[in-house]
Amino acid sequence: MALRQEQVETSPKVSDEVKYTTCYMCACRCGIKVHLTDGQVRYIEGNPDHPVNRGVLCAKGSSGIMQHLSPARLSAPLKRTGPRGSGEFEEISWEEAFNIATGWMSDIRKTDPKKLAFFTGRDQSQSLTAFWATKFGTLNHAAHGGFCSVNMAAAGLYTIGGSFWEFGEPDWELTRYFMMFGVAEDHDSNPIKTGLGRLKTRENTKYVSVNPVRTGYSAIADEWIGIKPGTDGMFVMAIIHELLKSQKVDLDFLVRYTNAPWLVRVEDGHPEDGLFLRDGNGNPLAWDKYGGEQVNALLPDIAPELSGLFELPDGSKARPAFELMARRYLGQEYSAVEAAEITGIPAGTIKRIAAELAHAAFEQEIELDVEWTDWAGRKHDKMIGRPVSMHAMRGISAHSNGFHTCRAIHLLQMLLGSIDCPGGFRYKAPFPRPCPPGPKPTGKPGQVNAGEPMPGPPLGFINGPEDLLVNEDGSPCRIDKGFSWEHPFSAHGLMHMVIHNAWASDPYPVDTLFLYMANMAWNSSMNSKGTMEMLTDFDESTGEYRIPHIIYSDAYASEMVSYADLILPDTTYLERWDCVSLLDRPISTAHGPADSIRQPVVQPDRDVRPFQDVLIELGARLGLPGFSNDDGSAAYPGGYPDYLVNHERMPGIGPLAGWRGANGDQHGKGESNPQQLERYIENGCFWKHDLPESQQYYKHANKDYLEFSHKMGFIPSSDQIIMQLYSEPLQRFQLAARGHGAVQPPEELRGRVGKFFDPLPIWYQPVEESMVPLDKYPYHAITQRPAAMYHSWGSQNAWLRQIHGYNRLCMHRDLARELGVEDDDWVHVESHHGKIKAQVRTMTGCEKNTVWTWNAIGKRRGAWNLENDAAEGEKGFLLNHLISELLPASGDGKRRRMSNSDPVTGQAAWFDLRVSISKAEAGAQVSEPQFEPLKPVPGVQKKSKTLRFGEQFLPKGSWRRKDQV
Amino acid sequence: MTSLPKKTQKKLGLVTDLDICVGCHACAVSCKEWNASGHSAPLTDSDAYGKDPSGVWFNRVHVYETDDGHNTRTVNFPRSCLHCEQPACVTVCPTGASYKREEDGIVLVDAEKCIGCKLCSWACPYGAREYDADDGIMKKCTLCIDRIYNENLEESERQPACVIACPARARHFGDLGDPESDISRLVEQRGGYALMPETGYQPVNKYLPPRPRKDRAGDTGTTDHLEAAEDSSSGSSFFSWLDKALSR
Amino acid sequence: MDPAYSVILFTSASGAGYGLIAWLAFTRLSGFWQLSPLAAGITCLVALALITTGLLSSTFHLGHPERAWRAMSQWRSSWLSREGIFAILTYPAALIFTAGWFWSIIPASIMNAAAAATLLLSVITVISTGMIYASLTTIPRWNNAWVVPVYVALAIASGGLLFSIALAVSGAANQPTMVLMMAVLLVSWAVKWAYWRYIDRQSPASTTATATGLGHLGQVSQLEAPHTSENYLLKEMGFEVARKHATKLRRMALNFGLLLPGILLVLAGVSNGLVQLALLALALCFGLGGVVIERWLFFAEARHAVTLFYGRSL
Ligand SMILES: Nc1nc2c(c(=O)[nH]1)N[C@H]1C(S)=C(S)[C@@H](COP(=O)(O)OP(=O)(O)OC[C@H]3O[C@@H](n4cnc5c(=O)[nH]c(N)nc54)[C@H](O)[C@@H]3O)O[C@H]1N2
Ligand SMILES: Nc1nc2c(c(=O)[nH]1)N[C@H]1C(S)=C(S)[C@@H](COP(=O)(O)OP(=O)(O)OC[C@H]3O[C@@H](n4cnc5c(=O)[nH]c(N)nc54)[C@H](O)[C@@H]3O)O[C@H]1N2
Ligand code: SF4
Ligand code: SF4
Ligand code: SF4
Ligand code: SF4
Ligand code: SF4
Ligand SMILES: [Mo]
Repeated sequence: MALRQEQVETSPKVSDEVKYTTCYMCACRCGIKVHLTDGQVRYIEGNPDHPVNRGVLCAKGSSGIMQHLSPARLSAPLKRTGPRGSGEFEEISWEEAFNIATGWMSDIRKTDPKKLAFFTGRDQSQSLTAFWATKFGTLNHAAHGGFCSVNMAAAGLYTIGGSFWEFGEPDWELTRYFMMFGVAEDHDSNPIKTGLGRLKTRENTKYVSVNPVRTGYSAIADEWIGIKPGTDGMFVMAIIHELLKSQKVDLDFLVRYTNAPWLVRVEDGHPEDGLFLRDGNGNPLAWDKYGGEQVNALLPDIAPELSGLFELPDGSKARPAFELMARRYLGQEYSAVEAAEITGIPAGTIKRIAAELAHAAFEQEIELDVEWTDWAGRKHDKMIGRPVSMHAMRGISAHSNGFHTCRAIHLLQMLLGSIDCPGGFRYKAPFPRPCPPGPKPTGKPGQVNAGEPMPGPPLGFINGPEDLLVNEDGSPCRIDKGFSWEHPFSAHGLMHMVIHNAWASDPYPVDTLFLYMANMAWNSSMNSKGTMEMLTDFDESTGEYRIPHIIYSDAYASEMVSYADLILPDTTYLERWDCVSLLDRPISTAHGPADSIRQPVVQPDRDVRPFQDVLIELGARLGLPGFSNDDGSAAYPGGYPDYLVNHERMPGIGPLAGWRGANGDQHGKGESNPQQLERYIENGCFWKHDLPESQQYYKHANKDYLEFSHKMGFIPSSDQIIMQLYSEPLQRFQLAARGHGAVQPPEELRGRVGKFFDPLPIWYQPVEESMVPLDKYPYHAITQRPAAMYHSWGSQNAWLRQIHGYNRLCMHRDLARELGVEDDDWVHVESHHGKIKAQVRTMTGCEKNTVWTWNAIGKRRGAWNLENDAAEGEKGFLLNHLISELLPASGDGKRRRMSNSDPVTGQAAWFDLRVSISKAEAGAQVSEPQFEPLKPVPGVQKKSKTLRFGEQFLPKGSWRRKDQV
Repeated sequence: MTSLPKKTQKKLGLVTDLDICVGCHACAVSCKEWNASGHSAPLTDSDAYGKDPSGVWFNRVHVYETDDGHNTRTVNFPRSCLHCEQPACVTVCPTGASYKREEDGIVLVDAEKCIGCKLCSWACPYGAREYDADDGIMKKCTLCIDRIYNENLEESERQPACVIACPARARHFGDLGDPESDISRLVEQRGGYALMPETGYQPVNKYLPPRPRKDRAGDTGTTDHLEAAEDSSSGSSFFSWLDKALSR
Repeated sequence: MDPAYSVILFTSASGAGYGLIAWLAFTRLSGFWQLSPLAAGITCLVALALITTGLLSSTFHLGHPERAWRAMSQWRSSWLSREGIFAILTYPAALIFTAGWFWSIIPASIMNAAAAATLLLSVITVISTGMIYASLTTIPRWNNAWVVPVYVALAIASGGLLFSIALAVSGAANQPTMVLMMAVLLVSWAVKWAYWRYIDRQSPASTTATATGLGHLGQVSQLEAPHTSENYLLKEMGFEVARKHATKLRRMALNFGLLLPGILLVLAGVSNGLVQLALLALALCFGLGGVVIERWLFFAEARHAVTLFYGRSL
């Protein structure tokens, strides 16, 4: 019986319409093509022309439909009716929501604007939100960078004028030796994967991953170095020791592009000891070998000395920064043998890696026949490359020694001469910028006044103690204590401290906490349980909550929603305008600047509004300058798209760089173009500028590029950007700690500032580790991001939650054996702060004394509109319950407990955690702690048990269309 | 249909490079997304927001560790239909719903004929058959038959969804029957292999093995350490090597 | 493999049914025993009922029972198709054969031809059923020479227990017959025992190392499964019974399937009338119970190659 073979429709119509926009399943911001059929989203794929992803799409991006259709979507503004945390709300109109918000806010603004703490999470409109905060007049604003990776940003921007994170990338095409420190996924997730794929497929390349855990990217490394957490600085300094000892450093690079030759005053006790010597115009000095005298170190063609003690005519004594650096790292304490002890990496391996780096950098030099002009106008007919590149992220960042460790990595890159050269690490526009870039933070006493905007933005980069935001007595001005003596370089603020400090009224109480897109009642807080308690704690004296008002904008029923008083529901990413701006966190590549937009590809079917529109309207209703006109009317009646096109930060510079000017023929600077958004849409919702070959490298010293960058408004002048191997701003704090200067640290912090502010990178044991008894807490506990989940968002996604429905505590087989546990057993994990119960998975690709888990998979039961018995809540767990936002109380318990953060930058030290582990008695197969399930908030979507996405696109009448019956 | 075609004109298939697969699940999810409204639509998910969610997926990504006693490694491993040349999943099928196309070797299930007896899934050693209990029929990787020939797509997009999406570019698509094709050459160069050859199913899809580690001295043409320079003490003489005039 | 009740019921019921009708056909052809036509006819009906129940229950696990007819189409390659066809072909023969006991108008030659056809087709059908499993190279515990004999032997044995009742009703259940039935039981379970011995000593060629092709890198173990929740593959193919339980269940199967009915058969041989009938009914219950346990184990003990990808072994 032969049956007729199926007639396969091989050319079905894919969709009625394709709209381009930008993915927001994570912050990588890939370009996407959204296919629509009958007005419904049917299929999302990568945009092959997009500079970020070039057509590829990750697991999250590919499941965008499920995020867009999530049953956890909010559908109307909500006003709390029950106690906080109860999840009791009523739906209200937007008008009422605006009235409530402006009611609270206008009172604050009239009296004491700093009582509004406005903190935003993983959003991409930081240039708008910061502008809004400035106009409101509160200094208490920051985005999520403080708990994320400010260590990387600050270390990079103070050192090389650019940074890892998503601000730079390896030269994927040309690099021959790539070292990656502490990266599981990172923001550049698709470019990194594509880059690794490309690099590994080339002959004669090597990729080394330094990471306590060997999964994901580390799995494919040619060499995996399973380092002990928190010790990378030592590893890198030992490599530097080896390079110096064998004199394998790129002196030409150091002399030309770094401050290695600058003269540092070496006069013990002098108030300017350790600072650079400068001429009358403030130029740093070097010692010219030919002239035998000091010269302006910025001049071209001088022959500066790199070592020696020099005495200037005025009697001051100085040595080149290079010598100070070399002396330090040649010291025996940085030998491979010493480092092996600390890092757990055999001395032989450290030495071999140093040899391999030197080999790749100096024996495999590459030359491109590309002419370019240096900053001094000298023409070069070749570009010389040292094909060694590096990338590092939160494995470095999330430790309290991360700032210095990251600086050490940058120092290593400088010594190898491999920054922004062919084959090396490359900047992405608008970087490089001067180290540190401007502006300085605003919010000093006198800068925050009732009813007035602040004179500048709340965040910035400080150069010395006089730039701190502290009161006369040295106490912090900001609610998060950013830019205070506790964390002077906190360029991104300390979002992780806001709730604690507001609760403790330390340094002062706030009236309204305004949060956007941060799940602070759960995974973005340290001490999640305590945070929930602080959010619901009453002030006996007033009978009010200790944090009186909380306004929150989320798009979904996250844990945090239940803890706010007023919810401003956002749209999904496919329903709104957004802007990925060069003023913010751009999507540029090493090949040139780029920015992009999101356009609404479908209209919301709920009473929700894009947060940016809401913020702009709030600004108008509050009469904030910049958001309202003199006559009180709204400055941007058209909402965010109106703002995107018409707002100018500086003359000719707006949120979007492409198609500016009345006819859209200008890029970078130019007057507003009413057609700008149309031009973006026509171009697939992004704009990019490809740098000519001659500007592709040496951007820090490339005349044509620097001029371009200046013209674009990226940098204040086209001067060369000089890398800071020796950091003067750090030394200024050192001097203050020693008692010099007008602005002095409070006594109790003097020692701390003195210890952590060293102008050259140092390694020290992470702070929390140094305070807890290690015999009691012998193991490290860290998290990693799973490639197929974005923080807490992913669990509402019907597809992704099948991949990561719960997490396990992963540990080395040998450790498990010692602990007497096996796969699937349950264990208690305890830190100085808390205790959890989790289920074990054993493995071999893991540093023996380090346990790890996937980040943010564990959920509070009832959240995200999941069933109460969902695995995320029953078996999933959160390591955050073990992590304290405060360091342990010190010996006598008298001293204030300081934030569990990097003492330089305020970066949250998530990965310093030390724990003990013990087998749990047989019992319920449920993780701990458990909390009351959250009630579903009103307005969340109905969820179907069986999901048959896709059937609606089958022909009418097909038996496979059960939606029709 | 009943029986397998004696020979197929082409052997279309996939090659996965285990050396660069980072295990990101992009291929799995993009496959799910495309096929949810494709030839075998929908790919039902049951208990989607509950305790035990489970759905139809044509591609699933495992992670393995290997241990030779001295070295261990981690290998990410996507698994989908291998479009075997001698697949019993087809021959055991009592209805003819399962078939291998003569023109390109793609193994498909005809949704209109399948009775959902599940026997083909028993016959597939590679776990490539996915039963959709809600539809009562067997589904499987279609090699994106509704993409690869789709005239409504740009030429460059006529590739399986998983191949297009893979951020590491670890997946390749082509005619493995043509020894001159890029994909066949790749298999040749890299020692591509078939899974469980002992089954005799002769998978068309191939895997490229992880490359050997480069973690010993000499693997990159270097020595195992740098020679300390003669004057490498940190005494002042050390800095004599800096005497060379360096110009800015 | 998932021991789905529909499949267990199908194979054991239809096996017993085919076994029973085969005994009847054999009796008709050989004249070994004399059965009252009424008893024989009714017994045939019972056999047909069992066969039909089995076949119907086999459609319960189909996603589309209404399309079951399609399953007949692929006889050239599919044992499932063949089984279906033989099962269907058996019906006319068996119906004529059954009818013959009631209606004497059917000529003896036709009756004999129908009996021969019934006998042959029943055995072939059971062989086909066995072949569905035995032909799956993916499941080494099925893909061996013992599976078909086991299916045939247990069909004959369980059919034999039923047949004994018909004999008893007809007063033909004498001692030698009962001993014969016991011997049949013994031989059948010996075959099954040989099967168990075989699978316990089997060392399948496929391992996680060959499945992934990563064996050259050393011992291969799974670190993470693709999904944290179970999927169809694992529910259907990943079912595993603990060794301890399996051993216990095997013993139970033997006790129920062989030991108890064996003893009861011997006792039945020395008794008669209602007592004998009662003993045989009891033997039948135990015997069928044994087969059901055996069938459950047949699935539960079978390991599928796909589980290798999940780090298990065959
Ligand atoms: N243990 C541990 N904890 C960590 C980390 C770690 O490594 N280990 N990492 C830390 C880091 S670096 C970060 S960045 C944080 C991230 O932590 P969070 O910033 O809390 O990140 P998400 O979980 O993504 O939550 C953001 C919120 O945004 C909401 N949201 C999603 N889309 C939209 C939208 O379109 N509009 C609006 N208004 N809201 C939306 C989500 O529903 C969610 O409630 O976690 C930190 N916490
Ligand atoms: N898929 C996905 N992508 C994301 C996110 C997400 O949630 N999901 N989140 C985004 C966000 S907000 C951020 S901040 C980035 C962060 O991206 P990553 O920097 O990749 O962050 P983590 O996943 O926390 O990875 C930290 C890595 O450092 C390792 N590690 C821990 N301690 C040490 C150490 O002391 N030394 C070394 N060498 N390694 C160490 C861990 O094992 C882990 O592999 O990812 C972004 N991209
Ligand atoms: S990496 Fe993935 S989730 Fe992030 S923007 Fe790109 S496609 Fe979207
Ligand atoms: S992998 Fe499995 S489903 Fe695919 S052709 Fe081979 S046997 Fe059939
Ligand atoms: S489930 Fe469908 S495709 Fe598979 S063997 Fe049965 S009828 Fe054929
Ligand atoms: S070829 Fe198509 S159907 Fe097959 S695994 Fe890839 S995406 Fe899925
Ligand atoms: S998309 Fe590519 S890298 Fe990611 S799991 Fe699939 S094959 Fe591997
Ligand atoms: Mo982050």
